[in-house]
Amino acid sequence: MASETEAAAVIEDGVRRRDFINIAAVSFAGVGAVAVVLPLVNQMNPSADVLALSTTEIDISAIQPGQAIKSSWRKQPVFVRNLVAKEIAEAKAVPMGDLRDPETIDQRTKPGKENWLITLGVCTHLGCVPLGAAEGENRGDFGGYFCPCHGSHYDTAARIRKGPAPKNLVVPPYEFTSDTVVTIG
Amino acid sequence: MVRPLGFLVGLGFITALVLAILTTPLSNEENVAYSFHKQPRPLALSSDGLVPHWDKQQLQRGLQVYKEVCSACHSLHLVAFRDVGALGYSEGQVKTFAKGFQVPSVNPDTGEPATRDGLPSDYFPSPYANDVAARAANNNALPPDLSLITKAREGGKDYIYSLLTGFQNPPKNLPTELKPGPGLHYNPYFANLNLAMAPPLAPNQVTYADGTKATVDQMAKDVSAFLVWTAEPKLVKRVQVGWASVLFLIMFSVLTYLSYRNIWADKKH
Amino acid sequence: MSFPWAKNYEPQLPLMKWLDERLPLPRLVYNAIGAGYPVPRNLNYFWNFGVLAGAALVIQIVTGIVLAMHYAANAGVAFNSVEHIMRDVNAGWFIRYAHMNGASMFFIVVYLHIFRGLFYGSYKAPREMVWLLGVVIFLLMMATAFMGYVLPWGQMSFWGAQVITGFFSAIPLVGEPVRQWLLGGFVPDNATLNRFFSLHYLLPFVIAGVIILHIWALHIPGSSNPTGIEVKDEQDTVPFHPYYTAKDGFGLGIFLVIFAVLTFFTPNLLGHPDNYIPANSLSTPAHIVPEWYFLPFYAILKAFTFNFLWIDAKLWGVIAMFASIAVLFFLPWLDSSPVKSSTYRPLYRIFFWILVVDVLVLGYCGMQPAEQPYVILSQIGAIYYFAHFLVILPIVSRIERPLPMPNSITEAVLAKHADTSSAATA
Repeated sequence: MASETEAAAVIEDGVRRRDFINIAAVSFAGVGAVAVVLPLVNQMNPSADVLALSTTEIDISAIQPGQAIKSSWRKQPVFVRNLVAKEIAEAKAVPMGDLRDPETIDQRTKPGKENWLITLGVCTHLGCVPLGAAEGENRGDFGGYFCPCHGSHYDTAARIRKGPAPKNLVVPPYEFTSDTVVTIG
Repeated sequence: MVRPLGFLVGLGFITALVLAILTTPLSNEENVAYSFHKQPRPLALSSDGLVPHWDKQQLQRGLQVYKEVCSACHSLHLVAFRDVGALGYSEGQVKTFAKGFQVPSVNPDTGEPATRDGLPSDYFPSPYANDVAARAANNNALPPDLSLITKAREGGKDYIYSLLTGFQNPPKNLPTELKPGPGLHYNPYFANLNLAMAPPLAPNQVTYADGTKATVDQMAKDVSAFLVWTAEPKLVKRVQVGWASVLFLIMFSVLTYLSYRNIWADKKH
Repeated sequence: MSFPWAKNYEPQLPLMKWLDERLPLPRLVYNAIGAGYPVPRNLNYFWNFGVLAGAALVIQIVTGIVLAMHYAANAGVAFNSVEHIMRDVNAGWFIRYAHMNGASMFFIVVYLHIFRGLFYGSYKAPREMVWLLGVVIFLLMMATAFMGYVLPWGQMSFWGAQVITGFFSAIPLVGEPVRQWLLGGFVPDNATLNRFFSLHYLLPFVIAGVIILHIWALHIPGSSNPTGIEVKDEQDTVPFHPYYTAKDGFGLGIFLVIFAVLTFFTPNLLGHPDNYIPANSLSTPAHIVPEWYFLPFYAILKAFTFNFLWIDAKLWGVIAMFASIAVLFFLPWLDSSPVKSSTYRPLYRIFFWILVVDVLVLGYCGMQPAEQPYVILSQIGAIYYFAHFLVILPIVSRIERPLPMPNSITEAVLAKHADTSSAATA
């Protein structure tokens, strides 16, 4: 090729300057491509309206001791259980060493409100909704919740005791806005 | 074969068109309304031009005008309460603002339709249950939703501002058939001159928290600015990203031009 | 592929060698748009638009796939889902505006590409197939763009769909059933919106397929060039890469600058305010207009106002509008001049520029209401349009005496440089 022999004749400085400009142009193209890819990837993250649903207020005044209700937060089920003294005592009696994911019931409830156990109703194994929140449902071998998908048993503090799930049911961030209203999120 | 056939087809179209020209009258029917119609007066806002910014004070005043005046008839259903945080309100203020509205809900015990306090995630509620109710309450005219109004009308913000301040008595030489009928109001900025909406603004109709004097002109400007924001809340960000992109791409073009000249340096073309 | 001196692909890396022996994909790319494709050395900037059209298609497909992740093709929620993209989806406003204005950029580039072909006679033998496939791509683009404009389900979306499908009702006897079949109802509604979304997603990939055929057909004779003289030897050509990749890179930069200005500074300039009003089958906008890229054809449709022979005006309009595109399929045989480039065709060149003005006038008339003088202007414009292709072109190509032409591309290039250097010394 004629161009190649001509190019070879060009002094070395010239060649370097040329290469620099070509490399700079290609690098700019690369930077630009990345700058465009970022929003195209980011668009799949939760949108503003989805994030706006991240708080839920729950009225707990009607929940009798021993009962639980199912509500929702970010479209996930939330269990709110009003524990009776026996259930709290059972939870406290379990030695830490027996737990797969060691947590005390005090760590999983708010001080002064130990009877209110608020957890996500999402099994930590593969995300099914455990049974036990509604009246008459199977509450498993430990009197808490039972996930029918793969047989995970949770105790009265919703801690994993038996079955494949690796973690306790998640306690979402929440606070008592009054004695009867809980704000989750 | 293609050429003779094409020639015949061409002659067919041309004859049809020549006959169409000969049979179409060259004068237009006169449109009297057009001579009374006025072009909108320009409204300058901080969100105009190539370095726009939101005048949050003005947008807050506009929101107040919408809430206290327009919302009696016009919905704003694409805007959520959480969105007004962008006008310079804190999270707490947005919550309080949302609480001031009643949004449709369902009674959890009976399943009957009910209302509850608004949450930031709720959207501005409509003043009417549906379009039929809106027409029934407004002399068969439907008050349009205002969320996109400055993008959905020729003339945009200028038109909205002119319309709000353009109500006047019909001129004396207005032909009878163009005079406003019952329940209509003369406004030369409106396409057919007569508008079902009564003049919505009166001096001191709202009391601005920042002490701005609430003249009709001021309120019209403020609410137009607010409706520019509701129609395109990403406007300022869009132009800012635009500048970064255009400057980057100009530099890219210069580099690719130099690279092109380099590569072709030894080639005559 | 095309010329004996085309460089042969020699893989450098062992991995590429391994791949080349099993699936010669790198070789395909090398021969198609790499150093293995010899291209005339004298191409001007008008030869950038093919690559730019390809870039525009890629932009449309990428932004479109992303938008489809958020858009809901249901008449009840389509409008609000677009506003949801504009307001709540991360960078949604950017992606939506880019897609909206990307369609306009695609058409701008393709129109320039088509007029380049008309000026330089790129449709002539041996490149008829390239041209025919190009017209097919253009038709597919128009169908895709029309259906895409319906998706936001605003007033112009709805009434555009109403008017365009109304064309079919002009067909005698079967017209109305065909229209109902197209719509899946009596007016555009949910069924229409769903099928348009499905086809709007499908057709761009069909376009991509036809583009591959278009490029394949192009590589048999090789690219045309501004002189219209075919390549004779190696001196006349340069390898596509790096020479034309560099030039196209610069073209892409300019294209993106214009695209960015439209998208970020005036995103609604080419749109219509009525499309920000939700579709309403009970209220027609005062003035229905299609997107700007359809305006010349819309003007031709509206120009026919007389029932001539046994065909009524509406059907004449519809036939003429389709004929105005169909005539392009016959162009290689309507123009019989052996000279390709208008540079050497003094008479054709005049009519070419009249056609350019004519199409612009038709486009301007297309967006005006049915009032004088726009009606008569569009009628005269339509007369010229058909006369140009069906009457003038065959005659001109017979009677025209072409200007003297250089013997080869290289000779033309060297003559040009001799001109400029002698002008510089003088």
